[in-house]
Amino acid sequence: MPEIKITPLGAGQDVGRSCILISIGGKNVMMDCGMHMGYNDERRFPDFTYIAPQGPLDNFLDCVIISHFHLDHCGALPFLTEMFGYSGPILMTHPTKAICPILLEDMRKVAVERKGESNFFTSQHIKDCMKKVTAVTLHQSLKVGKDQVLEVKAYYAGHVLGAAMFRITVGSQSIVYTGDYNMTPDRHLGAAWIDKCRPDLLITESTYATTIRDSKRCRERDFLKKVHECVDRGGKVLIPVFALGRAQELCILLETYWERMNLKAPIYFALGLTEKANNYYKMFITWTNQKIRKTFVQRNMFDFKHIKPFDKSYIDNPGPMVVFATPGMLHAGLSLAIFKKWAPHENNMVIMPGYCVAGTVGHKILNGAKRVEFENRQFIEVKMSVEYMSFSAHADAKGIMQLIQYCEPKNVMLVHGEGKKMSFLKEKIQQEFGVKCYTPSNGETSVIHTVPSIAVDIDLPLLKSEAKQYNSQPPDPKKQRLLHGVLVMKDNASTMCLMDVEQACREAGIARHVLRFSSTITVDDAGPSSKTTDKLYQMIKSHLDDFNVHLIDGAINVESVMVNVDCSENDKKNILVSWTNEDEELGSFILKLLQNMGR
Amino acid sequence: MKLYCLSAHPNKPCIILQFKEVTIMLDCGLWAASVTNFLPMPLVPSQRLNSLNSWVPRDCSDPQLDGELKECGGRIFVDSSPEFGVPANNVIDYSQIDVILISNYSSMLALPFITENTGFQGVVYATEPTLQIGRLFLEELVQTVERSPKAASAKHWKAMQHLLLPPLKDAPFVKSWRHLFDAKNVAASLSKVQMVGYSEVLDVFGALTVTPVSSGYCIGSSNWIISSQFEKVVYVSASSVINPHSTKIDLTPLKNADLMILSDLTQTPLNDPDSSMNGFINAVAETLGRNGNVLLPCYPSGVVYDLFECLSDQLAQRGMANANLFFISPVADSSLAYSNILAEWLSGEKQNKVYTPEEPFPHAQLVQHNRLKHFKNLWASGFNEQYRQPCVVFCGHPSLRFGDSVHFMEMWGSSPLNTVVFTEPDFSYVDALAPFQPLAMNVKYWPIDMSLSAQRASKLIRDARPKNVAVAAIHLEPPVAAPHRIDFVIEADCPILPLRRGEVVTVPVTRQKEQLKICPSLAKTIRPTSVRPGVNLATVTSSLLVRDNKFTVNVVEDVPQKPIVIEKPLASGSKRRRGAPTAVQTVELMPPSIKQRKPSAYTWGTLDIDDLLARMSSEGILVAKPEPDSNGNCVIHLPKEDTLIQVEPNSTHIFCPDEALRSKLRTILMRCLNKF
Repeated sequence: MPEIKITPLGAGQDVGRSCILISIGGKNVMMDCGMHMGYNDERRFPDFTYIAPQGPLDNFLDCVIISHFHLDHCGALPFLTEMFGYSGPILMTHPTKAICPILLEDMRKVAVERKGESNFFTSQHIKDCMKKVTAVTLHQSLKVGKDQVLEVKAYYAGHVLGAAMFRITVGSQSIVYTGDYNMTPDRHLGAAWIDKCRPDLLITESTYATTIRDSKRCRERDFLKKVHECVDRGGKVLIPVFALGRAQELCILLETYWERMNLKAPIYFALGLTEKANNYYKMFITWTNQKIRKTFVQRNMFDFKHIKPFDKSYIDNPGPMVVFATPGMLHAGLSLAIFKKWAPHENNMVIMPGYCVAGTVGHKILNGAKRVEFENRQFIEVKMSVEYMSFSAHADAKGIMQLIQYCEPKNVMLVHGEGKKMSFLKEKIQQEFGVKCYTPSNGETSVIHTVPSIAVDIDLPLLKSEAKQYNSQPPDPKKQRLLHGVLVMKDNASTMCLMDVEQACREAGIARHVLRFSSTITVDDAGPSSKTTDKLYQMIKSHLDDFNVHLIDGAINVESVMVNVDCSENDKKNILVSWTNEDEELGSFILKLLQNMGR
Repeated sequence: MKLYCLSAHPNKPCIILQFKEVTIMLDCGLWAASVTNFLPMPLVPSQRLNSLNSWVPRDCSDPQLDGELKECGGRIFVDSSPEFGVPANNVIDYSQIDVILISNYSSMLALPFITENTGFQGVVYATEPTLQIGRLFLEELVQTVERSPKAASAKHWKAMQHLLLPPLKDAPFVKSWRHLFDAKNVAASLSKVQMVGYSEVLDVFGALTVTPVSSGYCIGSSNWIISSQFEKVVYVSASSVINPHSTKIDLTPLKNADLMILSDLTQTPLNDPDSSMNGFINAVAETLGRNGNVLLPCYPSGVVYDLFECLSDQLAQRGMANANLFFISPVADSSLAYSNILAEWLSGEKQNKVYTPEEPFPHAQLVQHNRLKHFKNLWASGFNEQYRQPCVVFCGHPSLRFGDSVHFMEMWGSSPLNTVVFTEPDFSYVDALAPFQPLAMNVKYWPIDMSLSAQRASKLIRDARPKNVAVAAIHLEPPVAAPHRIDFVIEADCPILPLRRGEVVTVPVTRQKEQLKICPSLAKTIRPTSVRPGVNLATVTSSLLVRDNKFTVNVVEDVPQKPIVIEKPLASGSKRRRGAPTAVQTVELMPPSIKQRKPSAYTWGTLDIDDLLARMSSEGILVAKPEPDSNGNCVIHLPKEDTLIQVEPNSTHIFCPDEALRSKLRTILMRCLNKF
């Protein structure tokens, strides 16, 4: 039986470093190629030697697909293509293709220039890598590779600008990989959507496997209240974000709130890319939600009045302020630098709007660490208040269940989440949908057996004659439609066609040999033979109500069975019953019926 | 497979394809050249137009016709709100249409006529740019026609058409011309459009799939692939290999179709777009150089983007970077904004700009630096302050019958310093200018039509190898104006079906096969028999499930039949006593079950008589060997059993009154013969 094999190289019972290998119908596909933010050693990249210990990978990998621009989904791509030797197709959406190199470059700078790491990819590597990318549009069915066997289709995922879920089809087998997605529309993005494509396997993220988030509005109000309170007491608010994505949503939120409440405290956006970043949103506005798309001609949602660019010298400015700074998990860069300065003051506040992977400063303070250690045995006291707001747009448990309902997979696999939470959701999925659910860990291969149906051709006249027969009967939805024919298989079953027997014999170049049986019985019945025939006709008809019984030229016909009454005017009549071997059951039934009829 | 042609004009196509019981409309173009037979609708009342003489045909005294027609420069014009040529509505009932496929924004402008108040219940497919820009075209059209309403609408002239002067006398299908729809109908109609992406496979009732692929003609323009499992139709609408800003034409999917429908070839085969572009730039530069103004009647999207780009570039090179460029249209702002958010539908070069991130079209920069100024209309706030002469004004409508172009014609027409440049190929510039004659201003005709020439189209056919081609009949003869130009004629190695408005063409494509899915549980039971090397046969009886026009077979659920009980008097020999209950015997007969009704196997080949006799004798049935006749037929006789076996090469007939013996003979015969 055909099978699909899945091996996570990353994101198996883990968040970060998403990289999932799929082997389907003889094709090997890598879904996402992320890096882990929590590690600084070789563990941050997926272990590509698993695919081919010696590299290059071209003979072992047919396609790489990137779901969205977050580094835990695309961060290892230049490493894969430029340092590990993969030159095959790479697919991602247009916005991802546009934004991904900027984030990669940002990360590279932090790693190489600040931390002084060597053996990292270079700027040129990133550029060369992006040249190999094929951009896809939503819902386009793209055939990949020379043999055009592998088909890829992208669906809107909502999570960040350009995020997509992908369906991969080879022959009759298919898989849907969600990447990260969001089932509720937010301030600038729409909700994920997929059609009822009934894949053999749905691989879904499960970051919020056990969370059912309270309503979006409440969380927003909470966020605004906390920011407002902090600013009122003269404190500084640090919001570590990634340059693109959540940042834009929070900006829209604060911008409208500042306008409404007439607040004066400055809001800064510290990236150097602010304008550029917002430009991407302007030009890919077709990827944002309905409301923004409708009004963009009149007013661009991404032109902010209250939000100004940040300069490093502002860190020590007195008075309240709100600062957005990268990166989002406080693991390096400007956000960390600001954090070090502001953390010791209890008036200040840091709001973590997204998930933080284990090992980062963000993760530590969220877990209540009051003292954080840095390199050179340097310690920072954390006195500022630490708030976590789950703004990160992942599907919650409800959303995951909803997506399963949308696409009706035959199997489900959970990745990109914590093991414990997964097992809870796994139970729920198996209970509710009765499908098998897998939660492999990294390096563990899951095998899924698929049941293929076989596609053959059918001769149109055969199909039409069945339809004619069916339509001539009174409608009865419970009744089976019988299709009978001969399957002709030629050239090692490379062409298979169902046709009626005569056509099949012609096609095969053979002649049928028809067996016919005849038997005579004698009955006592006065009167003309036509009257006897009529009686027999009525009787046969009454017993075979769902057959077509015809009276033609004094003979009764049912399928190939013929009943003839001889023409003598005696009281004794000879009845000839004749049928072909194919109608043996029917023929012998009618014969018995006539033999046993009352007189 | 049938084609109905509803449009008289191949550049405003409207074709119906009927196949597999699905009715698909391909495009619904609005033929707007009809409006050149109407008087212009100026923004402010024009004394000149109001004082034109009424015209009545000689020998005609119909008082109702009075005032409907006006004369100007030897031509007559209808004094009424303009009417448009719409697809024929008497060929097919619009409510039967299942799907409408739109190729590009200029081929959809009759959509409200098809979908509104006609009982239409289908779905319309178009790409996102086609929908968005098509909406701009429709909104501009409706707003500009509605803003200078005519008091009365003329209708009697149509009955007198044969008495009128050319070109109105020869105008085609005037009785079907219609007044424009309103904004409400536009909104309702567009709400029926579903946005699709290139290469998206869309299912139509399970019977067909339709897929748009890039045609290269304009932003979001598409050709359509309509396929079933076995047949393929490609609809090649306006296509281009030279448009600089849109996605390249996708040629591979067009190959090996059973039918290729071609429409919307170039309307200006004599003019090359590149030299037209140069001509346009020179005309503008010259006019500005002598302090004259340039009017450029245009549509609000499309080639106009290239005009902005080339013109601003060239003017800058000639030291005229500060020339005043105005773009006036009710949808100017939207058009400029949309053009810069549709990066996914642009050429690779423009797409790469977005990655930097820069706007794909330079007109965003021009607007930002105030070199290109855009306004909704002439009374929009700020226009008066910004308006400086000399200037270049891009505005609608290119027919010069409504929109701001009428105003500029009236204002600038009398000065020989000014120039009007025609670049849109949809209208004859002579017709467009007729009601403004006499004119002192310069007139330049530099049409830019990016669509395929007949030669290119013929090459496309050669490369794509369709089995049949359908194309408007006028492309099968050289144009009347240039009878020697046989290179304007479509050529193909396959049969060509000519399309004419109101006519139906039967396409010689016959379906022979359909796809059938066999469920695994049924597949397991199929036992193929080899009848020849490489040929296997298997008799299959299955339960058929038809869902969404997809055919699946599974194992037959064999429903047991109710036995038939027959009461039969006991042997007739025994004497019956009067009044005694009749002794009866009941017999149960089983009618054949569902599965038994169909043969489980078929016998084939010839019967070996020796083998048969040997098998019969081993069963204890001994007969003498019969002599076959010259045809290979023979008869085996079992006199004691009153049984006869007639053997012929392809059949065997057994006459046997004894059921037990018959059954035995059947078993033997089945062993002697080949089965599948």
